[in-house]
Amino acid sequence: MALPVIKVEHLSKKFTISHETQERYNSFRDVIVNRAKSIVTRPKTKAVIKEEFFALNDVSFDITPGDRIGIIGRNGAGKSTLLKILSRITEPSEGRISIRGRVASLLEVGTGFHPELTGRENIFLNGAILGMNRSEIKRKFDEIVSFAEIEKFLDTPVKRYSSGMYVRLAFAVAAHLEPEILIVDEVLAVGDAQFQKKCLGKMDEVSKTHGRTVLFVSHNMGVINQLCKKSILLKGGKLVAYGPSDEIINQYISSDQEKSNRYSPDNSISQRKANYFSFIRSSNIKGEETGDFSFTDKIVLDFEFVVNNDTSNLQIGIGLNDKYQNRISTVIRPISAFSRQGNRFTGKVTLPDSLIAPNNYSFVFALWTRAGEVFDQVESVCPIKVYDNGTSLALYEGGDNGSIIINPTWEDA
Amino acid sequence: MVWIKIIKMSATETIIPELVIEAGRSEKNYWKDLWRYKELFYILSWRDIKVRYKQTVLGTAWSVIRPLLTMIIFTIIFGKLAKFGENEIVPYAITVYAAMLPWQFFANALGEASNSLIGNSNLITKIYFPRMIVPASAVIVSFVDFGISALLMILLMAWYHFLPPIQVLLLPVFVIMAFLASFGTSLYITALNVKYRDFRYVIPFIIQFGLYISPVGFKSSKVPEQWRLLYSLNPMVGVIDGFRWCIVGENIYMPGFIVSNLVILFFCIIGIRYFRKTEKTFADNI
Repeated sequence: MALPVIKVEHLSKKFTISHETQERYNSFRDVIVNRAKSIVTRPKTKAVIKEEFFALNDVSFDITPGDRIGIIGRNGAGKSTLLKILSRITEPSEGRISIRGRVASLLEVGTGFHPELTGRENIFLNGAILGMNRSEIKRKFDEIVSFAEIEKFLDTPVKRYSSGMYVRLAFAVAAHLEPEILIVDEVLAVGDAQFQKKCLGKMDEVSKTHGRTVLFVSHNMGVINQLCKKSILLKGGKLVAYGPSDEIINQYISSDQEKSNRYSPDNSISQRKANYFSFIRSSNIKGEETGDFSFTDKIVLDFEFVVNNDTSNLQIGIGLNDKYQNRISTVIRPISAFSRQGNRFTGKVTLPDSLIAPNNYSFVFALWTRAGEVFDQVESVCPIKVYDNGTSLALYEGGDNGSIIINPTWEDA
Repeated sequence: MVWIKIIKMSATETIIPELVIEAGRSEKNYWKDLWRYKELFYILSWRDIKVRYKQTVLGTAWSVIRPLLTMIIFTIIFGKLAKFGENEIVPYAITVYAAMLPWQFFANALGEASNSLIGNSNLITKIYFPRMIVPASAVIVSFVDFGISALLMILLMAWYHFLPPIQVLLLPVFVIMAFLASFGTSLYITALNVKYRDFRYVIPFIIQFGLYISPVGFKSSKVPEQWRLLYSLNPMVGVIDGFRWCIVGENIYMPGFIVSNLVILFFCIIGIRYFRKTEKTFADNI
């Protein structure tokens, strides 16, 4: 058994959140004013409420050389913090990491690219930023250029590049690094499908033929499953599971159901509006509230609305929007069709499985009359994410492949 | 926080450096690490120089035009209108320019460096490297401008048929002094600027008023004797006096010069200390 290439022991990262300052950064004035205040009046202990927040909490794991490890977890689970500590951008609050070998981190493609410099110049700049020396870059220069497919634009400032070219060049530089450990964060969200495939191929090659270790963070479960043998699941800063990718991914998608995915208006709504939605939530077919669905799951929406001003022809509409807020589908139903208790109406709608393509969506709920008088409209409620659990498009997730997958009938001509 | 130690593997394997990341470990090899990243330092400085006058018609000429224009304005307003420096052997333009050189360097360095970390925040939050590289390369860029301005000075002397005294050979010493004054102050203010963005507004103020507070348009001998020591608390007073001594042979007021040097040293020390203390949290604060 080889020595671990990365050994992480009891790693924690703590942030202190102060609830007193509302601003994003504290200004010198505030410091002076507060100090001055505390001289005049006696400092009040309740003035600043400090809360400790663990972005990472007692995380330990070993990674053996040549492994490709996926790191998965929800936003805020600590994935990026972990990568930042591993690449020495921030320091941990507690714990210890030992790393054997050169680390190159690719936390964002094109880090350090300067828009005014040409492609050629940026290759050298970016290479140096990623830790390559000049002779190494020179040696690989041609390879990088041909991988990025930008031969013609080598002496054009990168600000004139299309975003695709930009990303290709950035990835090409990074892919030709020869670190023992490559840390990659969500870089494949951009670029066209063909290039994404090329990138994945390159990462595969890097780890298989050169025996390098790759750590890969993505929300794209399909890609993680294809690329990484093993995965680490983080949740709330803690390491929940570490094992074969397919098991971990299933655990991630199915077990983590406690996330609230509901809408309820603030208390003043009954004064402001006569008719309004009082409750909306999304859940799976088992009735567990969630915002995560596999492609093969049905999506259930439960909702409740209050009608005090029962004018004629009231109806509700539910719209499904994609992540760019483009409407995909709308359904309408008169309120008379819903079950009623006093002024409260409840409803439930189930969307079919295997139809909505893996991506992010949200809903719009509206309550209005057929004549067009809108009483209540709530936007972007119940954000949901549909995960790819093995469609033929898994590899191209992140590319634009539409919002629905129609299962057609293929015939041999 | 981080240090590299070389551990020997078995004979067949190559030596793999082991990197240990741990909380609260003092950086023993800080300066060594800085040295390891020298290539990045070169390339960032090169980038800043290269990018500086991109998409300008006049290009690098700007680094000549700016000090030249300031010098001309000073000569006209103070020399011709206010009649400073009449009855002097040394042309007033040269007296002003000798002070303008280090002052412009200081002002540019401070201006460039103070925003350098924030301007490079995409690097700071994505990549590890010793953070001192960023303000240092900003100071270097200003130093290049300083070099160009210094060449202009030679032309100016030739124009006036002016030969500097022998002590001009000591000028490099004062150049180092100007460099340290700029670097120390820049480091301190840069680090402060990450946390307190107020300094973004303080810097232009310092630069604007510093020009009048420092003896650029006049000689520091014009300051009343009893105030000169206090006046020398402005570190640029010592630097400018040094430059004037080398270039036009103006006498140096020794006690003041020592005070200025101490102030420079003080700023260098607290600048570096404060920077090192806070640089680990730059990525969290920026």
